[in-house]
This record gives sequence, C-alpha cells and structure tokens, in this order.
Amino acid sequence: MSRLRLAQVAIGNLRDVSLEVADGEVVCLSGASGSGKSRLLRATADLEPHEGDVFIGQDEQGSMPGHAWRRRVMLVPADSQWWFDDVGAHFPSRARETVPECLGLGPDVMQWPVGRLSSGERQRLALWRALSMAPEALLLDEPTANLDDTMTRAVEDWLLEETRNRSLAVLWVAHDRSQIGRVARRHYRIHGSVLELADGSD
Amino acid sequence: MEVIDLAWWKLVLAALLILALAGVSLLARLGITRSLLVASARTGIQLTLIGLVLEALFASGRLYWVALLATVMLLVAGREVMARQQRRLRGPWAFGLGTGAMFVSSFSVTILALTVVIGPSPWYEPQYSIPLLGMMLGNTMTGVALSLDRLNDAVWRQRAVIENRLMLGQPWREAVEDIRRDAMRSGMMPSINAMAAAGIVSLPGMMTGQILAGSPPSVAVKYQILVMLIITAGTGFGALMAVSWGSRRLFDERERLRLERLVKTSG
Repeated sequence: MSRLRLAQVAIGNLRDVSLEVADGEVVCLSGASGSGKSRLLRATADLEPHEGDVFIGQDEQGSMPGHAWRRRVMLVPADSQWWFDDVGAHFPSRARETVPECLGLGPDVMQWPVGRLSSGERQRLALWRALSMAPEALLLDEPTANLDDTMTRAVEDWLLEETRNRSLAVLWVAHDRSQIGRVARRHYRIHGSVLELADGSD
Repeated sequence: MEVIDLAWWKLVLAALLILALAGVSLLARLGITRSLLVASARTGIQLTLIGLVLEALFASGRLYWVALLATVMLLVAGREVMARQQRRLRGPWAFGLGTGAMFVSSFSVTILALTVVIGPSPWYEPQYSIPLLGMMLGNTMTGVALSLDRLNDAVWRQRAVIENRLMLGQPWREAVEDIRRDAMRSGMMPSINAMAAAGIVSLPGMMTGQILAGSPPSVAVKYQILVMLIITAGTGFGALMAVSWGSRRLFDERERLRLERLVKTSG
C-alpha cells in the first residue's frame, strides 16, 4: 500500500514529479545543489505554493488545513531551529523522559540550554523532535550532514528501525551514494527539470 | 481668569532657540540639522493652518465639516503609519490595514467618550470632538505603527524559526504567538509608560494647556485622566487589530509563511 504519493507535482524548475513511498519504506532523492531537492520537500510539506497533488493514504493535501497536513507529513530541514531557552521545551512531554540511546545523548539533555548543543546534536535532536510528534511520513533533508561516520551509521540504523516500527513513509534527500545504498532500495535523481529513477524498480 | 494671548513675534524668540540648536548640531556634525529645521517649520505651518481651520469649523459647527476634517486626519495618520514601517505589506494592504485599525479603534472610542462620558450637545461639537479625536489618532498612530513595524521586522528576522514551527505542524497562530505578543507590547508600552509617569515625572500636555488657558486644575485633571484612559484603550485595540490582521496577511490559506508579501521601504 502506498502511504505518501506525489502526482504531477511542479515547483521551481521541477516538472511532473510523480512518486510513491510505501509504509515502512525509505526512498532517496539526490541531485546537484540548487536542483530543487529541498523545494520539492517543501512542496510536499505544503510550505510553498506548487502545482500537482500530494496524498497521504487516501487524503489529499488540500482536504485538510495546512498545519494538520504538516503534522502528518513532517519535514525535518537541514538546518533545524530552536526557539525556546531549554531543549526540553521543544518536545512534547512524553518525549522529554526518554532520549533514544543511539543519539549519544543522555536524558539530561532536555534540561540543557539550547546554546550548549553542537550542530550535530541539534540535527539528531531535530530528528527525535519530529518523530516524537508521531507523523505518518517523514521528509528528511540531508539528515546526517553534520555527523561523523560512526554517528551517521548509528543514526541511519535508528531511523530505519523507527521507519519499520512506526510504518513511516520516508523521503530522504541524500548525496552520499554509499548512504543511499545502505538506507534505500529505490533512489530518484533530479536531472534538469525531471526526476528519474536511478536505482530500484517502480 | 484672563488668558494671555501670545504675539506672533514672541514665537520668533522660541524659534531662535531652534536656530541656535541647529547651528550647534551643524558644527558638531550631528546630521540632524536638516530634519530639525524641516520638522520645526512643519510644526509652525501645520499648526497655524489647523488653527485657521478650527476657527472656521467652530464657527460653523456642522457635522459634515467635522466628518471631513476627521477623515483627512485619519488618512494622514494612515499614511504616516505606512511610512514608519521599515518592512511593510505590499500593495494597498499596508495603508488599508493601519488605517482600518485606527479607524475602528479611535473613532469608536472617541464617539463613545463624546456621547457617554462628556456629553456635549450636539455630540459632535467640534470644540470637544476634534481635539479628542486628534489626541486619539496621534497616539493610536504611534501604537499601530510601532506594533506593525515590530511584527513585520520580527517575522522577517525569525522566518527560519517560524517555518520550522510550521514544519512541526503548528498552526500559524501558534508559530507567531511570541512575535505577536512582542509586537502588541511594543505598541502598548508608550501609553502604559505615559500613564505610569503622569503627574509625577511629566505633566501631560493637554492638562498643562488647559491650565494655561485658565481651567481650574481639578477640571483639567479629570479631562486628562479621561484622555489617558481612552487613549490607552484606543491604542490597545488598534494595535490588537493591526497585529492580528497583519499577521494573518503574512500567511496564506494553507498557513504558509508568505514573506514575498513584505517589501522593504527605504529609510
């Protein structure tokens, strides 16, 4: 069953983007910088005006208010923002008790002031923040860009496990070919104004 | 009690002080000489003209003349609100929004004060209505301009935060709630500070004027209290409307942040 479906989406230079991501599946997206990967994710999260239809399950994007859509189809940007003083204030209360072990951060990180977080820690916590909102689809924009190799592997494994356990549909923007090989069976590449299937089958 | 009229040449003496200040600021390269002189000249000319207008208006006392002057005052205030925002909404929105907020708040509060509290007859008696509306508009204008300027500037600076909050599924109202609160506060602060300092730190201008013109201080004080209360109420409601309409306009029907609806104004 397909969970997240894009049908003839057009934004910026991109035209006719159609793809499907099933429950518990990771689909990777790559392309040169400036090719419109991030904007495609923004269109999918309905943060920018665009053409075409996007569905989560049977529900079309326009059939619900913007915030309700984004609660189900959640984008984690490459550069996450933290606006409260303490880390914990950004999380729903149940997520404050536990921090996944593989993130390499103890539960006391929730009491830290935001300024104490490194960029890699912010990135990992942004993933946990998004997951703790219980979305149905995740749009990840280079989720491991600021992490070293060991941590990248740990985060990949954790994300794949969560994807399976929560039956998430994950659209993952990545540029590292070996990472794409590790996390996804299907991989689309942006070429000019179209999306083409680079690996896997439809 | 006799009021001492001021001869025009005596005002020239006061103007000489400004010229002296202008000379000093020119020598010290403060860079405000020009605006100081222009503003002083404007004060002189504008107030002289409005004096003539008010004399004529008081003599006629017709509602339509009062309404016409009130409209002109509102439109000028609306233009001023627009000019005071460093980033403002594109197109007619910037003018319409500030003017609308000022119209609803200052006109309704002024009319309420005239009909219910002061009660001149007729209720639009220009001697009461025009000064009252003028003070309302002047203060509401400051409040609305400050809060809109703060709102637009803060949304512009914190766009990444607002968008990240939207990404996490927050409704647009929640994503800008801190900014809206700050914008409201900065619009309200001048009125609140003026009320807190009134009589202790400063003698408010209106009361001072009334006393100079021969009113007993006890009457002047009551009018001043009335004016400060309605000014604060009018400013508060005006800023509230401007901030809620203005922030709504920064998002579209899909609750997307639409920063291209803001333009940067020079100066």
